[in-house]
Amino acid sequence: MNWEIVMGLEVHVELATKTKIFCSCTTQFGGAPNTHCCPVCTGMPGTLPVLNRKVLEYAVKAGVALGCEITRYNKFDRKNYFYPDLPKAYQISQLYLPFARDGAVEIACAPGLTKTIRIHEIHMEEDAGKLVHSAYGEASFPDYNRCGVPLIEIVSEPDFRSAQEVLAYLAKLKSTFEYLGISDVKMEEGSMRADVNLSVRPAGSQALGTRTEMKNINSFKSIERAIAYESARQIEVIESGGSVIQETRRWDENKGKTFSMRSKEDAQDYRYFPEPDIPPIEISDEMLEKIRACQPEFADQKAARYVEEYGLSEADAKIIVASVRMASLFEDTVALCGNPKEVRYWLLGEVLYFINDRGMTLSDFRLDAQSFAAFVKIAASERINRRGAKKLFEAMIFADHPLDLEAYIRENDLEQVDDAQLIREAVRAVIAENPKTVEQYKNGVTKVAGFLVGQTIKRLSGKAKPETVNRIIAQELAKL
Amino acid sequence: MQITRELVEYVADLSRICLDGASEEKMERELGAVIEYMEVLNALDTDGVEPLSHVFQVTNVMREDAVAPSSPREDILAGAPEATGQTFVVPRTLE
Ligand SMILES: [Zn+2]
Repeated sequence: MNWEIVMGLEVHVELATKTKIFCSCTTQFGGAPNTHCCPVCTGMPGTLPVLNRKVLEYAVKAGVALGCEITRYNKFDRKNYFYPDLPKAYQISQLYLPFARDGAVEIACAPGLTKTIRIHEIHMEEDAGKLVHSAYGEASFPDYNRCGVPLIEIVSEPDFRSAQEVLAYLAKLKSTFEYLGISDVKMEEGSMRADVNLSVRPAGSQALGTRTEMKNINSFKSIERAIAYESARQIEVIESGGSVIQETRRWDENKGKTFSMRSKEDAQDYRYFPEPDIPPIEISDEMLEKIRACQPEFADQKAARYVEEYGLSEADAKIIVASVRMASLFEDTVALCGNPKEVRYWLLGEVLYFINDRGMTLSDFRLDAQSFAAFVKIAASERINRRGAKKLFEAMIFADHPLDLEAYIRENDLEQVDDAQLIREAVRAVIAENPKTVEQYKNGVTKVAGFLVGQTIKRLSGKAKPETVNRIIAQELAKL
Repeated sequence: MQITRELVEYVADLSRICLDGASEEKMERELGAVIEYMEVLNALDTDGVEPLSHVFQVTNVMREDAVAPSSPREDILAGAPEATGQTFVVPRTLE
């Protein structure tokens, strides 16, 4: 039988605010355990949580960007459960009136093919702490530094049919939030996390099968593996006469398998009720208008503009817009030097080579728009050839201090020789040294002229301008 | 809605509260009375009435995104039944 996989996603994204959602503790990463904590985020009795204005702003920005209807009157609820990563024994979340609903995200699922993934809702909530387990012994050690870090949870409809679609969607979310500047969206560091709800059904069937929820998948690569494993597992259960149990399963990256996390007796009953400590939120026309007005140009629009305005190929444009920093470096440099083709050449040739092959990032280079534009003007001129330009470029991007381009050209003698007299002398010497080649040329084998050009450039330490050498060689050979 | 002994036991279990027989009986009676009182509302026509989510007529109580110092760690850990110098200690959660 042919099976179809049906998936929905719950994506948690940490918002990049300076402080936590309900208290003024820092959200900074890497503090010593329990040092970014206060009575509010550790759930001490009698404390009063107060919403961070920036969290609401960032959340609404995300909702607008994902085409959602913004819930103008929204509020928080308590989700009650006992687990030591949550000191209050409840998480402040949004169940009844989430701030955003009914969105849609367009993903590219195959070249030239797009698909719409519907967003069911987005809500704001607080992150939980981290539990450190000792290798042996009977204890776990909670660190509440992440407790209260603001999250939005984006709940999709069950619109995914393949791992590729899931990956395309996550990439789209990541790019959207990067351009909005509201999150670091790094899966590997946990600032974006995906739970996958997955079921299988006979191809062509409309009914949904029983689903399982996979938690804690923390890289794009593991998502693909987890989906492949879990769909195969469910198909095998059904084909061997069993039935899938609705449950939460944990993805184990090392074993490459999912494991049942909670037994059925433990079925969750969160006893949600309205959060009495936080008054409702009203989103004014003015706030919504302001947020709509400052939505940035997103990756797809940007790429289309690069093709249109700068004459880049679609493939090149896509590579540049995949990184917000690279896109802004590209645009700022082009604005200063007016030469998009040349900027593209160095960005995608040189810089991308170092990024891909040596695992570097854009911030590892000394490369700002001003110096890049100055370099491009030199590289595009006749003053230095490609080899010299490459040397100059690498010297610039790996320099400890801002590089004086002119001084470097002078000190390393990179200027092209365009002195006709000098070149003519070199050409004559080469002709004198290579009588056999010259003989061949005279016998009609004209392609050997290329060899003579090469010899001449070599004699001038690679700095001669090839066009001039060509012209003079032609003149000198004609004289023979 | 009927408050039964089973429901009291279930809610107590969810709340991690240990009740003896007498307390369970008391809870069953008291919670039952509360729910019964709420039943009065069902007699009223509430069509077109927005559910009340907050008793005060205030909205948008928010603060600026400005960092303030967190508490000293020893203060945070002071009330814990068990702690190391750096973290709380809880029963092992990984099966
Ligand atoms: Zn705090």
